[in-house]
Amino acid sequence: MDYFLTEEQVMIRDLARQIAEEKIVPVRAELDETGEFPWDVMKTLAQSDLFGLFIPEEYGGLGKGCLELTIAVEELSRACLGVSTTFAANALGTYPILLFGSDEQKKKFLPDIAAGKRLVAFGLTEANAGSDAGGTQTTARLDGNEYVINGTKQWITNGGAAEVYTIIAITDRSKGPRGASAFVIEKGTPGFTFGKKENKMGIRASATTELIFDNCRIPKENLIGKEGMGFVVAMKTLDNSRTGVGSQGVGVAQGALDEAVKFARQRVQFGHPVITFQAVQHMLADMATSIEAARALVYAVSRLVDSGSKDISKESAMAKVFATDMAMRVTTDAVQVMGGSGYMKEYPVEKMMRDAKILQIYEGTNQIQRNVIGQALIKEAARLK
Amino acid sequence: MKIVVCVKQVPDTAEVRINPETNTLVRDGVPSIINPYDLHAVEAALQIREAAGGEVTTLTMGPPQAENALRETVSMGVDRAVLLTDRLFAGSDTWATAYTLYKGIEHLGADIILCGKQAIDGDTAQVGPEIAEFFGMPHIAYVRKIVEVGNDRIVVQRLMDDGFDVVESSLPVLLTVVREINVPRLPSLKGKMAAKKAGILKLSAADLKAEEENLGLKGSPTQVKNIFAPEAKANRKVLSGSMEDNVAQLVNELVEMKCI
Repeated sequence: MDYFLTEEQVMIRDLARQIAEEKIVPVRAELDETGEFPWDVMKTLAQSDLFGLFIPEEYGGLGKGCLELTIAVEELSRACLGVSTTFAANALGTYPILLFGSDEQKKKFLPDIAAGKRLVAFGLTEANAGSDAGGTQTTARLDGNEYVINGTKQWITNGGAAEVYTIIAITDRSKGPRGASAFVIEKGTPGFTFGKKENKMGIRASATTELIFDNCRIPKENLIGKEGMGFVVAMKTLDNSRTGVGSQGVGVAQGALDEAVKFARQRVQFGHPVITFQAVQHMLADMATSIEAARALVYAVSRLVDSGSKDISKESAMAKVFATDMAMRVTTDAVQVMGGSGYMKEYPVEKMMRDAKILQIYEGTNQIQRNVIGQALIKEAARLK
Repeated sequence: MKIVVCVKQVPDTAEVRINPETNTLVRDGVPSIINPYDLHAVEAALQIREAAGGEVTTLTMGPPQAENALRETVSMGVDRAVLLTDRLFAGSDTWATAYTLYKGIEHLGADIILCGKQAIDGDTAQVGPEIAEFFGMPHIAYVRKIVEVGNDRIVVQRLMDDGFDVVESSLPVLLTVVREINVPRLPSLKGKMAAKKAGILKLSAADLKAEEENLGLKGSPTQVKNIFAPEAKANRKVLSGSMEDNVAQLVNELVEMKCI
């Protein structure tokens, strides 16, 4: 379907697709098997300027918006969600600096991020703080001109691989949710180490580790925004990144549909290619239709974000929940259409199905997304009264 | 360091059709790409620039639409692109093509000239070395690695059937490169945006002060009589045993065949 993309947006899509097909598809099975970090692919993405897509031109980026990032993430996800998670988590980790950072912080970090020289990670989740960010236990105590960070973050995407970390820590427990603050911490800071690397069901090319802070001292200037703004920073960051997760869903589902259609045209049973059977055709038709509906929603919300709209929580949650539930269904159906072959590692759809599951879980589970949407409905209804 | 890379736009298909009347390639209606070997030459040039500094120019001879190929090289990061275009160039064989490119490079100036080892449409592998001959400069074909680039010398590895030679040459020099030399980079977004706006310098026969009788069909000594795939000949014999026996056997065979 034609989404009336600009010439530049088409250029971005074509380049991301070329990288996906030439540099990611040939290595995705091996990356999935070994769980190795895709450094070569990251280098290619850096050379292509894709890391700078959403970063303003004054910091060396291309100054594009959410829709451009959505388009690029979709194309990478079509080839491999592990790679696209690494790429998208970099944007996630950058948003706190981009949205709330001081000029000095932007000048210091954004040019290297735009050039792909330094990867970024976002650290919110902890053992007792998943869906409930209020359970955060990591602390930051001001001591002279330094903050002293203590605690452990878990399941942090790009952990270990990233050079820059934006994390949330409690600066004043007595203030509850208003007692959290956001910080930027560089790899190599004394007292900052990495824990175990997780062995995951899917997105195995992406690195997931613990971040361990043991009396890690960082300069006061590393506070992002003001003390007490931590959860605002986190929520606005997630509002901006959720469409990216939605586009991951669109991408992986499209990749799975492409494989299923290709296979169904070749696979002959009862003397005919299985795609000629209505039972198979209807499955493929439903898959294609739901992908297009999700893409339309994700693109529309991306455009809403780019319009500068202040409140995007509800819509971005809708894009995330709809596109990722769809991705789980479509990748599962792709395995079904391909039967035994789909279940085998010779074909990429079993990986796509394993990979897709995380989309319903990370960056706010789809249950939490529905809470966000539900609360927005209550608020809107109250306003009408 | 001035580096000029010669690139060619070729049809993107394994099935090149031949016009049976003129025995030349039919290019109409076939999508065009940059000759894949030439992309390796562009990458080699960009790597030399990154290591030793300088300026990379891509050069092609062709119709106005060859501009697209040049823009693609700009998106990879070359500094400028030059198109030699003139009706007088039409119908050039390898000799006339090499002459025209030679005049173009003479106009631009170059310390290092890079070409792909051959084009995938004509497959002659002649144009590169012919350009060097027009200049009277050294050339090294089938370069698989650039070892060292100095101000007035270059050291490269040349691919051979049984390994490689290490060759040193003075500058200026012409190199033709093989696939093994590198992996061509993909374009960057900034490069693509720059390529859209880039000015392509166009030069005509008059600009080059080229002699008209050397150009195009008129300047081409090659007359193609017929094009055909060579028949595979199964008539061969493999000798085995010791080297001494083989030599004696071979001499006997050749005498019997009245070759010696």
